[in-house]
Amino acid sequence: MSDVKFSKEHEWITLEDDIATIGITKHATEMLGDIVFAELPEKGASVEKDGTAGVVESTKAASDVYTPISGEVVDTNQSIVDDPSKINEDPEGSAWFFKLKMKDKAELDSLMNKEEYDKFAKESAS
Amino acid sequence: MEIKKTSLYQLHQNSKAKFVEFAGYQMPIQYPEGIVEEHKFTRNHSGIFDVSHMGQLFIYGDDNLIEDLEKIFPLNLKNLKLNHSKYSFLMNDEAGIYDDLIITKIEKGFLIILNAACKKNDFKILSRLLNNKYEMLLDNERSLIAIQGPKSVQILSDTINGVENLSFMSGNWFFFQEQKIYITRSGYTGEDGFEISLPNNCAENFTKKLIEKGAKLIGLGARDTLRLEAGLCLYGHELDKDKTPVEANLKWAISKDRISKGNFIGSNIINKQLTDGVSKIRVGIKPEGRIIAREKTKIFNQSDLHIGEITSGTFGPSVNGPVAMGYVENEFSKKNTKIFLEVRGKKHPANICGLPFYKKSYVKGANK
Repeated sequence: MSDVKFSKEHEWITLEDDIATIGITKHATEMLGDIVFAELPEKGASVEKDGTAGVVESTKAASDVYTPISGEVVDTNQSIVDDPSKINEDPEGSAWFFKLKMKDKAELDSLMNKEEYDKFAKESAS
Repeated sequence: MEIKKTSLYQLHQNSKAKFVEFAGYQMPIQYPEGIVEEHKFTRNHSGIFDVSHMGQLFIYGDDNLIEDLEKIFPLNLKNLKLNHSKYSFLMNDEAGIYDDLIITKIEKGFLIILNAACKKNDFKILSRLLNNKYEMLLDNERSLIAIQGPKSVQILSDTINGVENLSFMSGNWFFFQEQKIYITRSGYTGEDGFEISLPNNCAENFTKKLIEKGAKLIGLGARDTLRLEAGLCLYGHELDKDKTPVEANLKWAISKDRISKGNFIGSNIINKQLTDGVSKIRVGIKPEGRIIAREKTKIFNQSDLHIGEITSGTFGPSVNGPVAMGYVENEFSKKNTKIFLEVRGKKHPANICGLPFYKKSYVKGANK
């Protein structure tokens, strides 16, 4: 498995060959609180970098989920739709959101590594 | 304007509350366990709510006060027994609701619990309506703490002997560390519980006692999901100046013997609506899937006509699904009517349903 990258919208992304797995960060789930609803993109849909690719709702409010890179949706995680509380339990593991067939590898360059993201998350939280 | 803090602010902070500004007060929205756990803990055990931002209005006077208040509230206050409470409304001439409230008969007068965001305006309106004839005190020196849930009676009676004898919607004076506190058996969660009015200087000590006995602090977030599951109205959402008690489906709160005679503010409209019916009415709404339809969500009928709007909607942790309330045109208000809710551009099926979503368990039978 490759390194994990992070976006300013609090998504994480890992890459295996040209297939990217995307989810939301632990920090994001802590800010959202209890997640009670998740909506994912359709399989086969094309999504554009920084565009909306899903929705999560906590007891308090709805938030868009963005995709940090462009590509075609090849898989989605139905288990988090059936039981959204899994997103709070294991956001950076089993509760991934969707998989993309990546279009442009260069889009990864603008993303943060773990150390940069942790710093960013800490600053944006304060 | 400076944001006000309640007497429990330090305790909330020590308990790692997340705060939100509400009606000019810094209030805890949730604690680290989160809204869902706090909600379930209240349903299964006992939750403590700081509701000190709410107004505690004491009005003192003789029999004339009762006469004058009956011109304002659609209640039979002459028959209201000492230490008994009623749910009511402050209305305008069109029967639009300025506030919903709980009024309790106490010695020499009444105690009225008002919504935080409305209390100053209520005080002005009531002062004007009563021509400043009576002693009125919107008491900032007292805190208001609610304890709610099935274990609350045991936890509270461990500290305050005798509260177990109160029946639902009644109260009395008790002592805590030699200070007078007023306790009613009431609440806003659909559970058995109590509301305690006590001097600010002992509020923190009192709350710590309840925590020692196993109750937990619960934030405004869970207070909202609890009241919504219980089908209870929230001012500014289900109720406002453009809605009447009849439209809000709260005609049960209007004393029957006051309806025929009228003679209270808004009585003409109330009478007319009770006779002729209303064009819109508050209903419970259950989405078929998991979609959450929040406030201002548009409601459509099966022919795609816009027939109403959601006033509160969230995920109900005890129902384990989405729940909502809203107003629809009267002809679509029957139980099991199929409707559609427009969320993020898509229409999702839902049904009109009865309230509450979660069965209330108030203690009606007094242990007296």
